[in-house]
Amino acid sequence: MMKYASILSVEGTGHKMKSFLILEDGTVFMGSHIGAQKEIISEIVFNTSMAGYLEVLTDPSYAGQAVCMTYPLIGNYGVCLEDMESKRPWPDGLIVRELSRIPSNFRSDISIQQFLEENGVPGIAGIDTRALTRILREKGTMNGMITTDENYHLEQILPKLKAYTTGKVVERVSCTEKYTLKGAEGNGAGLRVALLDLGTKNNIAKSLAARGCDVTIYPAATSAAEILGDKPDGIMLSNGPGDPKECTTIIEEIRKLYESDTPIFAICLGHQLMALATGADTFKMKYGHRGGNHPVKDLVTGRVYISSQNHGYVVDTDKLDAKVATPAFVNVNDGTNEGLSYTGKNIFTVQFHPEACPGPQDSSYLFDRFIENMRNGGYHA
Amino acid sequence: MPKNPNVKRVLVIGSGPIVIGQAAEFDYAGTQACRSLKEEGMEVILVNSNPATIMTDGDIADKVYIEPLTAKVLEQIIMKEKPDSLLPNMGGQAGLNLGMELDESGFLAEHGVTLLGTTAKTIRKAEDRLEFKETMEKIGEPCAPSLVVENMEDGIAFARKIGYPVVLRPAYTLGGSGGGIAHNQVELEEILANGLRLSRVGQVLVERCIAGWKEIEYEVMRDGAGNCITVCNMENIDPVGVHTGDSIVVAPSQTLGDKEYQMLRSAALNIIDELEITGGCNVQFALHPTSFEYCVIEVNPRVSRSSALASKATGYPIAKVAAKIALGYTLDEIKNAITGKTYASFEPTLDYCVVKIPRLPFDKFITAKRTLTTQMKATGEVMSIANNFEGALMKAIRSLEQHVDCLRSYDFSALSEEELLERMKIVDDQRIYIIAEAIRKGIDYDTIHEITMVDHWFIDKIAILTEMEAALEKGPLTVELLKEAKRIEFPDNVIARLTGKSEEEIKKLRYDNGIVAAFKMVDTCAAEFAASTPYYYSVFGSETEVEESHPKKKVLVLGSGPIRIGQGIEFDYCSVHATWAFAREGYETIIVNNNPETVSTDFDIADKLYFEPLTPEDVENIVNVEKPDGAVVQFGGQTAIKLTESLMKMGVPILGTKAEDVDAAEDRELFDQILEETEIPRAAGGTVYTAEEAKEVANRLGYPVLVRPSYVLGGQGMQIALSDQEIEEFMAVINRYEQDHPILVDKYLQGKELEVDAVCDGTDILIPGIMEHIERTGVHSGDSISVYPAPTVSEKVKETIAEYSRRLAKALHVIGLINIQFIAMGDEVYVIEVNPRSSRTVPYISKVTGIPIVDLATEVIIGKKIRELGYEPGLQPAADYFAVKMPVFSFEKIRGAEISLGPEMKSTGECLGIAKTFNEALYKAFLGAGINLPKHKQMIITVKDADKGEAIEIARRFEKLGYIIYATRSTAAVLNEAGVKARKVNKIHQESPTVMDLILGHRIDLVIDTPTQGRDKNRDGFLIRRTSIETGVNCITAMDTAAALVTSLENAEKQEELTLIDIASIARRGNP
Repeated sequence: MMKYASILSVEGTGHKMKSFLILEDGTVFMGSHIGAQKEIISEIVFNTSMAGYLEVLTDPSYAGQAVCMTYPLIGNYGVCLEDMESKRPWPDGLIVRELSRIPSNFRSDISIQQFLEENGVPGIAGIDTRALTRILREKGTMNGMITTDENYHLEQILPKLKAYTTGKVVERVSCTEKYTLKGAEGNGAGLRVALLDLGTKNNIAKSLAARGCDVTIYPAATSAAEILGDKPDGIMLSNGPGDPKECTTIIEEIRKLYESDTPIFAICLGHQLMALATGADTFKMKYGHRGGNHPVKDLVTGRVYISSQNHGYVVDTDKLDAKVATPAFVNVNDGTNEGLSYTGKNIFTVQFHPEACPGPQDSSYLFDRFIENMRNGGYHA
Repeated sequence: MPKNPNVKRVLVIGSGPIVIGQAAEFDYAGTQACRSLKEEGMEVILVNSNPATIMTDGDIADKVYIEPLTAKVLEQIIMKEKPDSLLPNMGGQAGLNLGMELDESGFLAEHGVTLLGTTAKTIRKAEDRLEFKETMEKIGEPCAPSLVVENMEDGIAFARKIGYPVVLRPAYTLGGSGGGIAHNQVELEEILANGLRLSRVGQVLVERCIAGWKEIEYEVMRDGAGNCITVCNMENIDPVGVHTGDSIVVAPSQTLGDKEYQMLRSAALNIIDELEITGGCNVQFALHPTSFEYCVIEVNPRVSRSSALASKATGYPIAKVAAKIALGYTLDEIKNAITGKTYASFEPTLDYCVVKIPRLPFDKFITAKRTLTTQMKATGEVMSIANNFEGALMKAIRSLEQHVDCLRSYDFSALSEEELLERMKIVDDQRIYIIAEAIRKGIDYDTIHEITMVDHWFIDKIAILTEMEAALEKGPLTVELLKEAKRIEFPDNVIARLTGKSEEEIKKLRYDNGIVAAFKMVDTCAAEFAASTPYYYSVFGSETEVEESHPKKKVLVLGSGPIRIGQGIEFDYCSVHATWAFAREGYETIIVNNNPETVSTDFDIADKLYFEPLTPEDVENIVNVEKPDGAVVQFGGQTAIKLTESLMKMGVPILGTKAEDVDAAEDRELFDQILEETEIPRAAGGTVYTAEEAKEVANRLGYPVLVRPSYVLGGQGMQIALSDQEIEEFMAVINRYEQDHPILVDKYLQGKELEVDAVCDGTDILIPGIMEHIERTGVHSGDSISVYPAPTVSEKVKETIAEYSRRLAKALHVIGLINIQFIAMGDEVYVIEVNPRSSRTVPYISKVTGIPIVDLATEVIIGKKIRELGYEPGLQPAADYFAVKMPVFSFEKIRGAEISLGPEMKSTGECLGIAKTFNEALYKAFLGAGINLPKHKQMIITVKDADKGEAIEIARRFEKLGYIIYATRSTAAVLNEAGVKARKVNKIHQESPTVMDLILGHRIDLVIDTPTQGRDKNRDGFLIRRTSIETGVNCITAMDTAAALVTSLENAEKQEELTLIDIASIARRGNP
């Protein structure tokens, strides 16, 4: 019979070492240490998905952030490496209520404990994650530190927390060399898509390739000229981390892509950058949208889809020039923008994640719409 | 999409009497739907034969018909009320079937009535096995290989082709009724024959057995514009093979990765979209444990038990939203009432773990098979919420009120490893306890999994609980260990038992170290948005979210826990009405309950809802936070009454009748003293603890005697004993559990049984009416046909009853409700028992007299006087119509249960017949209970010697109605001698054709079989009764019931059109 850690290990984690989560506002949560042995400062955000912790951990959009999972039982089905959305985990830290003592799933390769340790991700377990979420909801996203140092000094730490910014993270998460994913059979067969990797999740390229498109993935720093020089049938701008306004150079290149008349589809950060490239503005939300249950409404059809979301910034529709772009999707809950359709252009962009992983697959039809747009070549949104 | 302007008058069909597989959840759904419709300005006409429901109240619908749920009655109501629409999907399978029947016959179209919500086409696609399978194949959703058969030959051939075991599912039945798993041809033949007969359309699905796969359910909503969301998914701990109603279920799923979760979610949306369901729907999947292969098990195109559970588990009001969708709204137009900010198109997300455990009736039916199959057996369920699975399981276990509070509550420690492995193969309600014992004995997870197919993750969680037991037992009890034990919800009494300390010591240690419960909110959104509806659960080791409130007055209303035989939906009716009445008087109301099926646990009934076990410790946690001004226990059945003493110790005043007065009614000596003082006679008796003492009392009184434990509801453990030997047997059964109170032994008097529910303000008493039971004493009041106003007793008896009631209420200082049962022998009246609390007849008598006694009781508890409330004290004038309450049983669902009626209650529900004449009311009541005769006009009579005289008269009346009578030897002889033609049939062990062959020939309408006195040990009688029930033959076990039935049938011959009575108009008349 397998032997497990004593039940006295805090919340079934197998560890008894104390750990602390210190927030910018001075709140301290005491829990137990999990994952790699290291101290981190990061932006603390929460995600409300009940499943899909591995997809969250390997989503490059979380670079520069530490994620709190609001669902309290994490690690139940272990880690299935083929479900990773990128090569490695990106969050600086993981915050959970409880890690499962054993993984139980036929596809599980390793336990989440092992995964965190092997990939150098520290974390904290056994804290009141709901209380943390309520603080972030009320006061807004803030920075924090995870440390195992019991002798921490708040007065020394708090200024450091306030000073922290995620900075230019896109370059860090993007691929360094371009590569191509061959398409399978499908409605996109024969189409070539250029995917600008701003921190892309694997399933964007996979979704296109599964529909038959050949997808070439370009590093974020690639010039518009190079991409256009390869004459793709369509361009896809991916999701990614950080404040979109930090991406000044990329925005300039995207402006050139906008002017090229190539069909473009953009997701999340890509959607924000296209907006910024065309004169619109973005702002930071109080605590963002991170989860798999947000309803978005297609303003053309009136249909509502449940979407996977992960963003802290949003396009400001008040400053939108209708001659350039009009809202295509809206968040049913808070009315924020969830997508744009570009006037006179074959460009449409969404704030949410039609590639899912984790989360609902309801909006995957948007990839088909993009394929149609590429086929038609005309100005369809 | 805005509201459909053509919908103005909506007919809502309820689900009828509570039976296994169709219980309180439909009162919850129907009530929520009606309120939702009224919110939209609709006129609501409600039909339901069940008087114990909240939905049949005058303030829930505009017109209320408590009438038999048959197509004919509905047609009459439609012609009278002229609704423009019919909402059929709130009344369970019963409602749906009726809606379908009316649609198929063209009646609805003819009368311009539209089916709201899901269309008939959709219902057929989802419910008809063949159409469903074809639809699934069309959209590429896999089903297990299966074939719909309409005869035995095809079934046998197909099973041979796909191989045993096979699952059998009859079309259009409830709770898997008549279904099962057949491992060989013999079993197939038995189950298939039964299923074919039970199915409304004579179809049974024979299917590849996917037992052992993970069973996963999704609750899905879809609006008319095609927007779909899933409200919740749930995973059954018991893999496929156990009906989901009998499984331990956890929400959300725990062992599914995002890939599996989303695969099944997308499949569920795909299915609901193809079926074009508008409203709520439940999709059940079987998922292969080691691959992505899955099968769609079934789809319920309506609200269901699962949807009630999902609503309570997430806070998302499925029935309310479904009703709005039926009116034409889209999901993004309907506000989420919990947050007030988000919309119904939002998918709830949980930041806690929910566990549901079924309440199985094996404590009532001790001879029944405990095995769990695809046929549901649970009468109710409990739900619990915690932020870890272990804690949620522990809380749910102690919510059951079945003498269980931890995984050691059933002791299997004596079993060897080999015996455990054998025992583990049996799938029953004790399986988790067996698994726990196996873990204690060191049996590895893989072995346990291979036998039970329970997922490793759940096995590990059970292991964590057993490790904690061991750690506590070993000690020392450090603060750290105590914290961890509380985190996984070990109650103080269990910790005390394991550590050898007292419960008080544990509590003190906790309080000294700040280990106290915190309360978190169920808010549909994992705290992403601020919620405005206070719906709480407790956890340890967290901060509390309850905001302090300081209203003028604050009252704690204790609910009645899981639905069980003897304590049903009636007590939820009482709790809800009391809550509303307190709210009207300006109180802040707090409900504590753990039953997800009920109206009381709906998020907007009380100001605050605590979804918690009803044990002293759990209630004290709430009291510590809320500090209520008082608690009411008299509305929540025995569950709430049992908490009285603990509440007083906590310093919470008991509102209404004082605890010591409740004790005086239950304590034999105190009660005898009161009877003496008030000069009220009762049957002689005594109190005992042991069988020896019991025999002594019995012999002093002379047999027969009535033996029963005190402080129980539904006559649990109550028996009529004829001999010393029987005393020994019954005492052994009662003493299986340690008794806190003495056992009562009384002289058994046979006479007319009468009953009153009354309100007393300490001075005056208000008696809405006297109910008379058709069955003589000896049959539990809950199982008797009850008639209001009492039709056969003299004025003198009525006066005596009114007078005795007044004296008793006054002597017991009753403030609030009181229920008293009497025996009348001639003009002599004896009291049987007094319950200073609400009873199961309260909703019935309130509705038929139009006197809202729960509301009045609440007013009285607050301090008002009956006269102030506009009522003249005393027995109220009888109504000018008759109301007959008919018990309804679920015997066919419980294999091996003894069906004969006796002092222990066995019915699961009731229906009402109300009419101008007694005969019509009786006829309606039988009709409502599903006794729809005649069919073949053939019957069997086999009665015990004492009943043979009465049998002659009854048989003669049946003969006159054209019945062919078969009888066993001695009964036949008596009948023939009296000039009633009876054909003699052989007993079971004699040569064919026997009585059994007759029953199995499917040509018999009715069996009258009265068992020999006491507990019937005659296997023949038992077999006859079981076979009748299982083949759908009506079986009557009391002569009085048989006489009532024949009266009803005589009347049916003359009955043409039924008269309809709007209960809502009575309610308005009675309310001054």
